[in-house]
Amino acid sequence: MTLLKMFMTFLKIGAFTFGGGYAMIPLIQVEVVDKNKWLEKEEFVDIIAIAQSAPGPIAVNASIFVGFKIKRIIGSLLCMTGVIIPSFVVILLIAAFFYQFRENELVKQVFLGIKPAVVALIAIAAYRFSNAIKLKIKSVLIAIVSLVLVVFFDVTPVLIILASALGSICLFKLREKRHINEKSIKK
Amino acid sequence: MSTFKIFLAFMKIGAFSFGGGYAMFPLLKKEIIENHQWLTASEFTDIVAIAQMTPGPIALNSATFIGYKMNGFLGAFTATLAIITPSLIIVLLICFFLRKFKDSKYIEWAFKGIRPVVLGLIASATIFVAKDSFIDIKSIIIALGILYLIGYKRLHPILGIVMAGITGIILY
Repeated sequence: MTLLKMFMTFLKIGAFTFGGGYAMIPLIQVEVVDKNKWLEKEEFVDIIAIAQSAPGPIAVNASIFVGFKIKRIIGSLLCMTGVIIPSFVVILLIAAFFYQFRENELVKQVFLGIKPAVVALIAIAAYRFSNAIKLKIKSVLIAIVSLVLVVFFDVTPVLIILASALGSICLFKLREKRHINEKSIKK
Repeated sequence: MSTFKIFLAFMKIGAFSFGGGYAMFPLLKKEIIENHQWLTASEFTDIVAIAQMTPGPIALNSATFIGYKMNGFLGAFTATLAIITPSLIIVLLICFFLRKFKDSKYIEWAFKGIRPVVLGLIASATIFVAKDSFIDIKSIIIALGILYLIGYKRLHPILGIVMAGITGIILY
């Protein structure tokens, strides 16, 4: 039952994701965290982080990861297939029969309406994400630096993610060492 | 052109494109137009436009479409399968790794560093997409309306997308 529900849920997510992976975040959140309670809010945050660090489409990566969290490998395959099928079918139909799809007036109008909505979806994703992680001055600074690096310097996201992960590990390790030293001095 | 060649080309694209759909285009272009000459530049532009207008990940849509252009249904299937194979392998490896070292403090520390970066990345995506989408005052109004309905009124995102599409028909 859960398997079927997972598949259907990701089929729905695949069918209504426009404008790439980030716009999908609020939809996944509603379906996976709020409605079906398959994941905790905190777990969800890290899934986005991982989907972003691995190569390939973010939406696909997220589906594989969420699936694994719920039902291991079978879950991964199921969620991934679910997310892929709608776009596969739609593209095949267009490629085979409606190559003029793009020139259609109605399609153009619908698309003009959806495009700005995608901006709103991504902005909501950013807002909810910032709510889910406890923001301190340091993390706000890291977020701003990452944004500037990506927008103005065209740095690959993976590099920033790796650098920040390593930096964070070093910082905490140092702090831990200092802590141990202080303790041994007190003794 | 052989199915195997298509598979290899798209697997390479899947394995080396980080950061989602848009980051994939330069690589896609290089493989499809320059290295293999499977499509002309204008065919490629057309396909990318359609990939953006249809639901699903843009990179995946492009792969399916290009695969179809090259070798019909078999080509579409091959390209789609090939582009997700690296993702599947790498994400599953990460899953196993994380499950094994779930209680490691190093993982926790790493994630503490990664989370704010991801926030920055999502925020930057907002800027990129807004630059491309805000073409007039109407589009800004649609964005603000959807922001209010989904973000504040908790409207289901799917309903929001449908409403935005209908609004597009009315306004444009």
